[in-house]
Amino acid sequence: MKWNGWGYSDSRFLFNKKGQAEFTGNRYRLSGMIIPGLKDWMEGTFGANLQHKTQATVSPILFFFSILSIVSAAFVEELKSTGIPFSHEAEDRVFRAHGKKAHFTHFNFWFEKVLFINVTLFFFFFYCHNDVVKIVELACKHNVCLIPYGGGTSVSSALECPPEETRSIVSLDTSQMNRILWIDEKNLTAHVESGIVGQDLERLLNESGYCTGHEPDSMEFSSLGGWVATRASGMKKNIYGNIEDLVIHIKMVTPRGVIEKSCQGPRMSTGPDIHHFILGSEGTLGVVTEVTIKIRPMPEYQKYGSVVFPNFEQGVACLREVARQRCAPASIRLMDNEQFKFGHALKPQVSSIFTSFLDGLKKFYITKFKGFDPNRLCVATLLFEGPREKVLQHEKQVYDIAAKFGGLAAGEDNGQRGYMLTFVIAYLRDLGMDYYVIGESFETSVPWDRVLDICRNVKARIIRECKDKGVQFPPLSTCRVTQTYDAGACVYFYFAFNYRGLSDPVHVYEQVEHAAREEILANGGSLSHHHGVGKLRKEWMRETVSNVGVGMLKSVKDYVDPNNIFGNRNLL
Amino acid sequence: MANTYRVLDKVHLQDEEEFVDILEDKRHCSDLRFAFRTFSPPPYKGAPACSSAELNQAVLESQYLRYVINEVALEMGSSVEEVRDEACGIMREMSQNLQLRFIRLMGFVVRKVFKRIFSAIYVNMERLQALQQATQECPVILMPNHRSYIDFLVVSYILFNYDIPLPVIAAGIPLAGMTIVGEMLRRSGAFFIRRAIGSDKLYWAVLSEYVRTIVRKGFAPLEFFVEGLRSRTLKSLPPKLGMMNMILEPFFKGEVYDVTLLPISISYDRVLEESLLAHELLGVPKPRESTAGLLKASRVLQENYGCMHVNFGRPLSARRLCEGKINRCQYNLTPRDLPQKPNAEAQACGSWLAHMIVRLQEEGALTSPWSLMACVLLQVPTAALTEEGLLFHQLTERTLWLRKLALDFRAHLNWPEKVPDSDVMSSTVALHRSVVYRKAGRVYLTRNDELEQKHSMEEDMMRTAAALLMLASYRNQCLHVFVRPALLALAMSVTKSTRKDELLTCFCFLQEVFSNEFVFIPGQSSQDFEEACSLLHKCKAVHVGQWEVTNSDTQPEVLSFLQELLKPFIESYQLMFRFLCEERDCVFREKDFLSGVRTLATKLIVSGELHTYEALSSDMQKNVLSSLRRLGAITKITTSQNNEYKVNKSAVRRTGDMLAGRIPPQIVQAAPDARL
Repeated sequence: MKWNGWGYSDSRFLFNKKGQAEFTGNRYRLSGMIIPGLKDWMEGTFGANLQHKTQATVSPILFFFSILSIVSAAFVEELKSTGIPFSHEAEDRVFRAHGKKAHFTHFNFWFEKVLFINVTLFFFFFYCHNDVVKIVELACKHNVCLIPYGGGTSVSSALECPPEETRSIVSLDTSQMNRILWIDEKNLTAHVESGIVGQDLERLLNESGYCTGHEPDSMEFSSLGGWVATRASGMKKNIYGNIEDLVIHIKMVTPRGVIEKSCQGPRMSTGPDIHHFILGSEGTLGVVTEVTIKIRPMPEYQKYGSVVFPNFEQGVACLREVARQRCAPASIRLMDNEQFKFGHALKPQVSSIFTSFLDGLKKFYITKFKGFDPNRLCVATLLFEGPREKVLQHEKQVYDIAAKFGGLAAGEDNGQRGYMLTFVIAYLRDLGMDYYVIGESFETSVPWDRVLDICRNVKARIIRECKDKGVQFPPLSTCRVTQTYDAGACVYFYFAFNYRGLSDPVHVYEQVEHAAREEILANGGSLSHHHGVGKLRKEWMRETVSNVGVGMLKSVKDYVDPNNIFGNRNLL
Repeated sequence: MANTYRVLDKVHLQDEEEFVDILEDKRHCSDLRFAFRTFSPPPYKGAPACSSAELNQAVLESQYLRYVINEVALEMGSSVEEVRDEACGIMREMSQNLQLRFIRLMGFVVRKVFKRIFSAIYVNMERLQALQQATQECPVILMPNHRSYIDFLVVSYILFNYDIPLPVIAAGIPLAGMTIVGEMLRRSGAFFIRRAIGSDKLYWAVLSEYVRTIVRKGFAPLEFFVEGLRSRTLKSLPPKLGMMNMILEPFFKGEVYDVTLLPISISYDRVLEESLLAHELLGVPKPRESTAGLLKASRVLQENYGCMHVNFGRPLSARRLCEGKINRCQYNLTPRDLPQKPNAEAQACGSWLAHMIVRLQEEGALTSPWSLMACVLLQVPTAALTEEGLLFHQLTERTLWLRKLALDFRAHLNWPEKVPDSDVMSSTVALHRSVVYRKAGRVYLTRNDELEQKHSMEEDMMRTAAALLMLASYRNQCLHVFVRPALLALAMSVTKSTRKDELLTCFCFLQEVFSNEFVFIPGQSSQDFEEACSLLHKCKAVHVGQWEVTNSDTQPEVLSFLQELLKPFIESYQLMFRFLCEERDCVFREKDFLSGVRTLATKLIVSGELHTYEALSSDMQKNVLSSLRRLGAITKITTSQNNEYKVNKSAVRRTGDMLAGRIPPQIVQAAPDARL
């Protein structure tokens, strides 16, 4: 794993000697391939120039040498006696002091901030629930601040150590608690330790013929405990549900002790559901250690698909109709025109003349024969899952609806590539940073009637803010609708800009992001659909949940953790 | 508030701009070829074009209208179909039917007419380019001031000329009633609004949805007159807010990213309807708009009306202007297409914007030499003008002095350069021979002696009054330049004080009393006051200290000129206050008030007690009523055909005393603005 970027160390985009883009490694479908269109796209979209490369990164260790570790000696002594492994290495500590927020993952920006950042002093590996109980007790005794750490994929600054914290900060790394404790095939549940990473959980369950179906885009790295703590959402939630629909039982260690339910009944009327204090608590109340989660037999058949629409408006209308008829496939996502073009730029070099001929033919059919404007059309990607018969039937139903809105089926391959892009797009951000391009994504959920308005307004706001703040080149400002619900949809925005010529790019970047969020709220969007609040969006909590709401959450925090041991200061 | 200043400052910078005569390069190109020129405005990026039939359908099928139709049906006890038919009827009466071939026809006719009656139509080209850019990006609202019927045509004509999407125009319903012409206007993009809508819920619903749909679709600019009416006195009118709120709503609700507001100032050297207006003000009923009337009026086309300036303002972003003034989250919890009255915050925001647009229109207006001359002429005793005449060189001298003052006050002058001043003066007088004429080095008031016969004293006076009211209207064209310093000068003479706080109080009081005469942005009195101080200081009429404003002796004529400028208003208001106090009854009808005041004023003018003829103007009389209503001195008691008022005599007397400086003015808590 990279400490200063997204994902695996062996996987990255780079420009080879011929100036062509290439994706290294062998983990993804795109790995090892040449991507001829990317260079032009980057130059065209951002005005980035391959001649202008930012400075190379340097190991962080050099810079953290001087940070002194002042930890209460008694705490360290007692720690050693517990026998739980811990680390004091600078690189480890930095690694765990941040999530994946763009400017904190890149060295150039680190350099400016480094002196002001509070860094964790220790971090711990755990092996089981009882280890956690011991550590939390110790921390309470010695008044040490604890910050739980799962997969480290947070984009809401939730993992940053609060600069105002004066106590020793200790990071609790759950990554070694990664076992499936049991599988209950009669009730289709599995009891799993919270540190398990999404893809491992899926792989291990698959071995027994099961799956959870919970697939957030970060599933390669994010952990079960993290999902619970942030109210995560998975790509295939239409079949399997979001995390709150999936969990049956949660065990969490808090400074007051362990909280859990006494049984595994599928639904209870026992006052407010205590799970909902835990779901979305973002590490402010305690550490989730074990979770019982629903499992399903592995799907018999999977099929990707895609539909091209003449414009975004038609695409949204189609998604709305699909939601109205409650026939959404496992996943349905609608990309806008900019993202369609971006996807196009990421097409790998085709090997045979035949495929390139076919591509040309398709393009001709859509733009010339069907009269779609290449600057307006957009694409929906689909994923169907289930018994073969049903999938085919379902597929026909969805394509029929799409046809009513002018949609044309555009093949399985395009659909599959669309989903693969979700995984590699994060790597691309790191490539951009090498060429003065800084970018980020954020999400919201919004009622159906507002979807088009919010997409247009937020994108326009980003462009205007960038212009106002002196960004020299037009930014990339794009969105997609990623989930459908009965009453609304989840919308994902991406923005990126070339920061050459700006004296304080980080500040500009933060201002733009802030303005975009204000715009979202003014257009009836929610503060977050699944990224969480963290510290990045704290300032809007009060207006989001009202004064009383904040008071309620506060009183829970005050009872559970009166000394603010879990002091990451997220949420409130 | 900082926002406003930024905007206003920018407007001041436009002095350098070049105006181009759009008739000039076309004079030698054939009218026919002009009418058939290829018209290819760049398309709106936000949404595809939309025909008028599609627009009407979208309105009728809207969730909002369906909801209101059901509601109305329930209230009236009629069937939904009936109400829907009624809505369709309203729609038919209202809707525009913009067609390019009619624009071409209009373009052909209008160009012929314009070339005949105007010597030039000046337009600031650079702004048109900015406008063309803006029409591609978000819905554009064109907001011209309204001084003449010509206003309707001229903006469309210019936009046609420069490949900018043609606007749909809000017009009054009487125009629709004219045979053929109504239909022609409709096909040139006019849509028609009834005058008295009152509480007709269905009508409001259709209208507001129609306007909002136009804004939402953004395919064409929307043109409307924020003053609501053609100004009979050539003075800005306090803005009407209903339309403004309708336009802002799609932005507040996030249905469009932004709305671009574009103030347009149209200035005429000579207004086509000048004598019509004066007679209307004197109580001669306005002829109903009819095609026959129009044909009869065609003799106005025989004359020359000088130049016309169309000054397109800087496109303003409603989003930027409303920043921090409106919380758009308030629309999150109810469906946006349900009827919802704008709340206080939204209304205040709309009102502020509308007033600011009027201010910008004023600032963009060009002040003609004639309008300065009118100021001078009105300060000469009437008898001098009618009998012995004013020495021409004296008039020239005073006008040139005033020109300097106007420039000090940052007015936009339209004073021909590179022409000797005397030529400017004489050509101006020649252009306005309907009002004054020059004979043997002296200037006299023109009195329309159609029939060379003896007139009665009364008739004679009415003819004088008509000419003077025309003069007053032309003076009003430049009143906005002087009004703030003039109010300060007035406050100085009323209070006889030099203390800034007392002057400010009096200034605010005067603004309040004259709020129907002069338009001020609500809540900006202290800025207005500061502006007045700095302008007077600039022309060295006063010394402004930290706590005091004192008379400076170097320029005594400035203050006296300014005080004199407002005198007709003061005298007329006092006269009407006196009339109200002397009435026996405490309840009066508006009609009786108007005729009563006219009789009294006539009597006093004849007897020489009253020096201004402006008290005869029905506009001023109505303004006094609304002003007193705002001040709470009279109250309306019926809302039927005959408006009846109940007067609180002591309050009226007190207001009069404050205006005369007999008692110190107090700022009266004005009733909330009821103009919606």
